[in-house]
Amino acid sequence: MSEKSNPYNVPDTGHVWDDNLRELTNDPPKWWMIGLHASWILVVIYTIIYPSWPWFGGAYKGMMSWTSIGEYKEDMKAIDAIRARYEEKLPGMSAAAILGDSELSQYVTKSAKVLFGDNCAACHGNNGAGNTDYPILADDDWLYGGKIDTIVQTITGGRQGVMPAKGGAQLTETEIDQLAQAISKGEPTTAPAWQKGACFACHGMDGKGMQALGSANLTDHVWRFGKGSIDDIKYTITHGVNDPKDPATRNAVMPKFGGGKLSETDIKKLAVFVHQLGGGK
Amino acid sequence: MTTEADQSVQEHADELYNEYWHVNTGGQTIHAKRMPGRFRNIKWMTASVWLIFFIGPYIRWKDRQAILFDIPGRKFHIFDITIMPQDVWMLSLTLLFFAILLAVVTSIAGRVFCGYFCFQTVWTDIFTFIEEKLEGPPQKRRKLDEAPWSGHKLLIKGSKNLIWIAIGSFTGIHFTLWFVDAFQMWHGYLTLTAPTFAWGAVVVFTFFTYLFGGIMREQVCFWLCPYARIQGVMYDKETILPTYDFHRGEPRGKLKKGQVAEGLGDCIDCGQCVAVCPTGIDIRQGQQEGCITCALCIDACDSVMDKIQKPRGLIRYASWDEIDGIPTKPFWRRARPLVYITIMVLAAGGILYGLTHLGALDLRVLHERQPLYVQQSDGSIQNKYELKILNKLDHDVPVEISVSDAPSGYIMDGANGVITARGGEVTVRTVFMRVKPEALTESRLPVTFVVRSQDGKLDAHYDSMFFSPDR
Repeated sequence: MSEKSNPYNVPDTGHVWDDNLRELTNDPPKWWMIGLHASWILVVIYTIIYPSWPWFGGAYKGMMSWTSIGEYKEDMKAIDAIRARYEEKLPGMSAAAILGDSELSQYVTKSAKVLFGDNCAACHGNNGAGNTDYPILADDDWLYGGKIDTIVQTITGGRQGVMPAKGGAQLTETEIDQLAQAISKGEPTTAPAWQKGACFACHGMDGKGMQALGSANLTDHVWRFGKGSIDDIKYTITHGVNDPKDPATRNAVMPKFGGGKLSETDIKKLAVFVHQLGGGK
Repeated sequence: MTTEADQSVQEHADELYNEYWHVNTGGQTIHAKRMPGRFRNIKWMTASVWLIFFIGPYIRWKDRQAILFDIPGRKFHIFDITIMPQDVWMLSLTLLFFAILLAVVTSIAGRVFCGYFCFQTVWTDIFTFIEEKLEGPPQKRRKLDEAPWSGHKLLIKGSKNLIWIAIGSFTGIHFTLWFVDAFQMWHGYLTLTAPTFAWGAVVVFTFFTYLFGGIMREQVCFWLCPYARIQGVMYDKETILPTYDFHRGEPRGKLKKGQVAEGLGDCIDCGQCVAVCPTGIDIRQGQQEGCITCALCIDACDSVMDKIQKPRGLIRYASWDEIDGIPTKPFWRRARPLVYITIMVLAAGGILYGLTHLGALDLRVLHERQPLYVQQSDGSIQNKYELKILNKLDHDVPVEISVSDAPSGYIMDGANGVITARGGEVTVRTVFMRVKPEALTESRLPVTFVVRSQDGKLDAHYDSMFFSPDR
C-alpha cells in the first residue's frame, strides 16, 4: 500500500479490496453533520407543529390544528372581505340602481360571469352568444324588452312563448311558402297570408313584434328559431311552438329562476350582467 | 483524529497554493498594516460612495420618499419617475449596463470594483479600522489574539464585536428603508412594531455583515465571490494592474547601512507590500487570484522608495506589456474596451429612451373573444372591447377616448364623454362598436383606440381589430 493512496494516514476499517482499495474511517465533514442534525431536528419540529403521526382514533392534529381546508376557508374569507364592500350594498338596491352606479355595475359585470355560466350559459351560450333556437342576449333584439327591470322580470318569472300552429286548416302550403319568403326578406306584411293567418294580432300591424306578448320582430335580421332559412321559417309557421305532441317542436320556454331557485340579489346581478352584454336598453 | 485529518488537509492546501502563490486558506487572520498614502485617500473617497446607501432613503421629494422601491405596490419611484412592472425591460438594460461597465473597467484597469467600491472591501476596511482603533497595530493585535482570556481582552474584544454587530444592524435597517417609507420604518423599529419581513432582513444583514466583514474577510473574495473569479479572466496583457516591476527590483536584497548594494535591484525586501495587503498576498509573485487591486502596496512601496531615495513606482499600476517594454496603446484604441463601450452606450441609450418615453398614460384593449361579434337587429355587426387605461401619475386625470382608425360609419358606445383615469390605477371601460355590413369589406378590419387627457398633454393608443363574419 503506497503512501500516495493515503497521504494523511487516515485510519481505516482494515478491509482491503483489489490490493489497494481501503475503506477509510474519515468523519463526514462538519458542515455535513450540522446539516444532518439540523434536518432531523427540523423534521421533529415540523411534525409537532403540523398534523403528522397516525394514532388510534385519528391522526395527531398538530399544535396549530392546521388543515388545508382550513387554509382554503381562510383564503375565501379574505376574498369575501374584499367583496363585502360591494356585496353589502346589493341587497338594498334595485337592479336599475346597481346599473346606475358605475363601480357596482362594473363589479357585477365581472363577478356575475360565474353565476351566468352556472345558470344561463347552457342555453344562451357563453357571454350570451346564443345558441340555435335559444335567444342571443348580446344583441339589441329583445322579445320581452331589454330594459333592466324587464330583464329582472324575465329571469324571476320565466317566459312562455305562445305561437299557435298555422299549418293544416288555417293556411295552405302555398300560403305558408309565400309568407316564409316574405318574412325571410323582412317584409312579412306583403304576403297575403299575413292577414289570413291573423299574424298581425301578435306580431303587430307592422310585423315588428310586441314585447308585451313576447312576439318576435319579423322584419329584422335576428332569428328566434333556426338560422333564418325558408325551411326554418316554414316549420315555425306550420307547427307553432311548445307543442307537446311534436317531439321536434320549437321550444319557447324560459324557466323561472325566482321563487327560491336563485336569490333576489343573484337575479339582480344576472340582470345587470345580461343588460351589459351589449344590447341592454 | 478529526483535527489531525483537518490539519493535514490544511497542509495539503497550503502546499498546493504555495507552489504558485501564497494565499491564506483561512488558517490565519490577516492583520494588515494601515499606511497613509495616495491610494489610501482614494480608497476613502470611493468608499464614501456608500454613504448614498445610508443617506438616500431620507431624501424627500414632493411629500414622499425620493427613491422608493414599493414592492407590494409594484411601483418604483425615482424622483419624478414612476416605474411600473411593464417597464421592467429597463431593469434588464440597467443590469446589462452595469455588467458591461464592470467588464470595461476590468479590462482597462483590473478589479477596480473589488479594490475600491465593493461592499465586502469597504465594510471590511471599516471593520479593521475599528479593530485597529481598539486593539492597536497588527503586532499588538496578534499578541492579543494569542494572549489568554482576561477581563481586559474580553472588554476590548467584546466592544469591538458589539460595534461590528451595530454596524451590521445599521446596514440592514438602511437596506429596508429603500422599500418602505424611511421615517415610518424607523418608527416601526423604535416602537418594535416593524413588519416581520423587516426584522428578518435586519437579522440576515446583521449576521452576514458580521460574518463577512468581521470574520471571513478576504476569504469571501477567495472562495465565495464569483465576480472575483470572473474578473480575473477579463484581464489581458494590456490591462493595467498594481504590478511589481521585477526588471527593476530583482535580484532583491536587504539594504545594509553604509554599504553600496552591489548587483542588487531596487527591492530591499522590506516586506512592507506584504504587511499592508488586506488579503495577505505578496504582489512580487505577480498578479494572482488573491489580489483585489486595492493598490495599498503601491502606497507602502512608494513610501519606502522615498526613504531610500529611489524613484517611486517599483510597484505601480502597469500592464504586462509595459513591464516587458512593449509599446502600449491607450484603451480607446484597443478592441475589447471599444466593443464593451459600444454595448454600454447602446444599453444606456435604451434606458434613456425608456425613461423619456415612459408616458404617464397607457392603454390596453382586450377584444371580446366570445362572442367575437354579434349581429344586431338592423344587420350591423357589433364588437365588444374592454379598454384598460393605466394612469401612472399620482393624481386622477380626466381623459377622453376616441378612435383614430376604424371601419367607416362606425358607432361607438360606452366611452362617451369624460372618463376619470384614477391615479396610479387601471380604469376599465367596456366599449361597443357597431358597423353597417356595407362597410365591412374584410372579416378583420383594423381599429385604433386613442386615450387622450383633456388638456391634450398625455395620450396613448392601442391597435385592435374589428371582427365580422366571413363573407
